[in-house]
Amino acid sequence: MRRPLLIGRPICGCRLLRLAAAALALIAGTREPALASAEEPLVAAASDLRFALEEIAASFRNDTGESVRLTFGSSGNFARQIRQGAPFQIFFSADEDYVLDLARDGLTRDEGTLYAVGRIVLMIPHGSPIKSDGSLDDLKAALADGRITRFAIANPTHAPYGKRAEEALRHKGLWGKIRPHLVYGENVSQAAQYATSADTQGGIIAYSLALSPTVSGLGSYALIPDEWHSPLRQRMVLLKNAGATAERFHGYLQQPPARAIFRKFGFGMPGGAS
Amino acid sequence: MDWTAFSLSLKLAGLTVLLLLPIGVAVGRLLAYRDFAGKGVAEALVALPLVLPPTVFGYYLLVSFGAASPIGQFWQTVFGRPLVFTFEGLLIASIVFNLPFAIQPMQRGFEAIPSDVREAAACCGMSPWHALIKIELPLAWPGILTAMVLSFAHTLGEFGIVLMVGGAIPGETRTIAIAIYDRVQAFDGAAAARMSALLLAISLATIALTFMLSRRIGRRLG
Repeated sequence: MRRPLLIGRPICGCRLLRLAAAALALIAGTREPALASAEEPLVAAASDLRFALEEIAASFRNDTGESVRLTFGSSGNFARQIRQGAPFQIFFSADEDYVLDLARDGLTRDEGTLYAVGRIVLMIPHGSPIKSDGSLDDLKAALADGRITRFAIANPTHAPYGKRAEEALRHKGLWGKIRPHLVYGENVSQAAQYATSADTQGGIIAYSLALSPTVSGLGSYALIPDEWHSPLRQRMVLLKNAGATAERFHGYLQQPPARAIFRKFGFGMPGGAS
Repeated sequence: MDWTAFSLSLKLAGLTVLLLLPIGVAVGRLLAYRDFAGKGVAEALVALPLVLPPTVFGYYLLVSFGAASPIGQFWQTVFGRPLVFTFEGLLIASIVFNLPFAIQPMQRGFEAIPSDVREAAACCGMSPWHALIKIELPLAWPGILTAMVLSFAHTLGEFGIVLMVGGAIPGETRTIAIAIYDRVQAFDGAAAARMSALLLAISLATIALTFMLSRRIGRRLG
């Protein structure tokens, strides 16, 4: 009695499977991303460059008609990925030590070029009970009277801006008191996202991010004295597999238009041009 | 909306399903019909990715596929590119991590076929291949389709492993799930919202389809 049912169904099942397989074959057939990768070099950049480098890449595209693909993250993570064979052609590190280490191990073309010096700011979102005071005096008072529940910095173990935030907080003698309240961004751009949300009372982030139109409207900020932490010397380097476009982009970054954009985002320029 | 990321995710999920289809049929059928020493262990291993944290799996992949590992070096010499931070690496990771989603529903599908039907096929002189294509696959199709739908949707949403072994490279390893994470960090809430809504819709459709199919298997069994 079951037979008719059993025989009736199979045909439709088979056809469905065949249809699904055909659809999959279509999807599998699209190969353009691989094509694009041949021409557009892959750039690994520290998160503090998120807005500045996008603007520079756009102006590079306008001037030369060539494009690069930008990926942002923490410098420490990129350095690790490059060691593991990630196919980046240029690396922008917020801390030159990562570049110099890679260079020592023969993973880069040379020792790279110092392109900018970064600064950190205290970022306070709208509605926070803390004043954006670069001397961190109000932060100190807030820790004492319990106005702080959450404070954002980048992860100091692999994000240079997090490391500098820790140094500044230590310099001010606040590290021990603030630690239980810290939330760590995976990189400085995530820390900025935390620091401008209503879920924290503030955070320490990159000046370049605070100056970007997207972030500056979300709160107020104040520069933290740069003698409170070791300098954020930012170095870029061509990696071993860099092609012609990567070389031209690398050269473009040392030209006046790119340097002007860096300056606009609050970076100090090497060679006394700031 | 990051269409590159979305099409990359579709490609990854599509290829994962395509490659898992023969693996799932072979292993699912084996587990459904055969009794062998260590079958319990095999079933447990197949189910392991269900409970294994994706970051743990990602970590072991980095260790075993990395440029310093024998597999990574072998791949590099044969194909001239590394295995981690590439699409191929993601695909392998995705296949392994989807094994339970593919094999278990297929196994249930094969188990649901009454043994007298298979015996009848054998008695009629059908070869095992012939019986598989003409009898078993057509009868097990709700299980097979469930497996394909589940692994497809699961691949679209996978985040932890992709973050560990992917490197968020546009057009290569930046999948839609990673792109959402990236857009949030870039203060681009609008794009994150659009992509999240799309994934939500796909997930809802998947779960609806899966429930429909599993009811069908249930009816067949009863």
